[in-house]
Amino acid sequence: MMDGAAILDAPLLSARGITHSYGARIGCRDIDFDLWPGEVLGVVGESGSGKTTLLNCLSAQMMPSSGKLTYRLRTGDQADVYALTEAERRMLMRTDWGFVHQNPRDGLRMGVSAGANVGERLMAVGARHYGAIRDQVTDWLGRVEMDLERIDDLPSQFSGGMQQRVQIARNLVSGPRLVFMDEPTGGLDVSVQARLLDLLRGLTNDLGLSAVIVTHDLAVARLLSHRLMVMRRGEVVEQGLTDQVLDDPQHAYTQLLVSSVLQT
Amino acid sequence: MTQARTMTDGGYNFAYLDEQTKRMIRRAILKAVAIPGHQVPFGSREMPLPYGWGTGGIQVTASIIGLADVLKVIDQGADDTTNAVSIRRFFARTAGVATTQATEAATIIQTRHRIPETVLKDDQIIVYQVPIPEPLRWLEPREAETRKMHGLADYGVMHVKLYEDIATYGHIETSYDYPVLVNGRYLTAPSPIPKFDNPKMHEMAALQLFGAGREKRIYAIPPYTRVESLDFEDHPFAAQTWDARCAICGAGDSFLDEVITDDHGGSMFVCSDTDHCGRRVADGHRGDGE
Repeated sequence: MMDGAAILDAPLLSARGITHSYGARIGCRDIDFDLWPGEVLGVVGESGSGKTTLLNCLSAQMMPSSGKLTYRLRTGDQADVYALTEAERRMLMRTDWGFVHQNPRDGLRMGVSAGANVGERLMAVGARHYGAIRDQVTDWLGRVEMDLERIDDLPSQFSGGMQQRVQIARNLVSGPRLVFMDEPTGGLDVSVQARLLDLLRGLTNDLGLSAVIVTHDLAVARLLSHRLMVMRRGEVVEQGLTDQVLDDPQHAYTQLLVSSVLQT
Repeated sequence: MTQARTMTDGGYNFAYLDEQTKRMIRRAILKAVAIPGHQVPFGSREMPLPYGWGTGGIQVTASIIGLADVLKVIDQGADDTTNAVSIRRFFARTAGVATTQATEAATIIQTRHRIPETVLKDDQIIVYQVPIPEPLRWLEPREAETRKMHGLADYGVMHVKLYEDIATYGHIETSYDYPVLVNGRYLTAPSPIPKFDNPKMHEMAALQLFGAGREKRIYAIPPYTRVESLDFEDHPFAAQTWDARCAICGAGDSFLDEVITDDHGGSMFVCSDTDHCGRRVADGHRGDGE
């Protein structure tokens, strides 16, 4: 049996040597990191640096060419994510994990209402009481500051920012412990972005969520993440605490990245 | 005498299909019966009628029919509609089998859109004509994904559709092809029968075979198999009901069709099952419509 201290001491997600290549081309190479409960890890880098490939591997949407990914289940058991059966992986994806896509259209069912989108996970794991599902959906749409009158409207009738809120609610309704986000504020205008970031920061704090956030926007990374990984050409060139990396970049590429942002 | 003539003068094999094709279809049927509700692919043939008119059902019937069988064919409950008449005549000519309109006299009943009101017995087989065999099709367009969902019994999305019904209409609006779970395992499309007929599928004594010709799938529900219609705890499954009774036979417990009688908004409700209605009239029941 595992004692309590050992459970607390174990990271939630642990990646070792994650490597993925598309034929001769490298997607990402030898990525190692530990993600601890309640921690938000940012992954930054320019386009084509392998951020999204890495995120897809970490969220088991893609099998990497090599590497090992260990996830600590609620029971305290360590699960080898790539060795799980398809059924177990799907269960994990819709209960303990969430995935927020950059484009809400990839993460939402555009043909059904916002309410049905948020309730889908509940129904997928066996909720069969309409009233109870409806209550939870309403609660979550409220938490992401959606206008509750629009619960039965189609996502295609929503603005980009609202769609993104529905997508976030849809992922968080099952009370996940780990959320992957791919450019969650990409394509939104700055004021909507700011409110969404505020919301995300509040939610991750309140719920004690762990998250891996991929972004090319250093401001997003600074605001949301505790720790930062800088990627270039599929490899991690620098990692550390967010403030440390951004305020005192060591690697030449990180220095370039930081200095490319307009300083005010 | 009549049999021999009709079977030979068209130049066709018994029941139109060649023996190898029938064997192939029978294998698919056996597999389908062994895995209740699971869709089994089969090499659907071109039939001398268009897709959508019952090419799947007719192939299943052709593979199971024998000289001793008595065939009944119904379309929307009626024995006398074009589709029913022509399929019945097709088998009378190519197999020389006896046909009937009486439900209890039939050994094989091929149907489109209805299950007869008369309770079926364990020596009967009902063959459904199915347009879209995949209940998840409108929710998930990818065939590879729906197969995976069936494999993993990953059916949450079907409830999303029912949720959407309740959110929009206040009740489950789906009224035909209402999804069922067969034997607690496979989500299955009951073909476009009204949900009024869903309860009849549960623990039915007769063997139920489903053929989809265009989609090339066969599935089955063996006799006395559990068939549950999906629902929510606080919005349980309910069949349609009518305020009216049948205008011809006065039945209050059968599936009624509304028939327009004039162009001034006049209409009447009559049993969709013509055999059931006719028998009740013969027994002396009368409606108040005539």
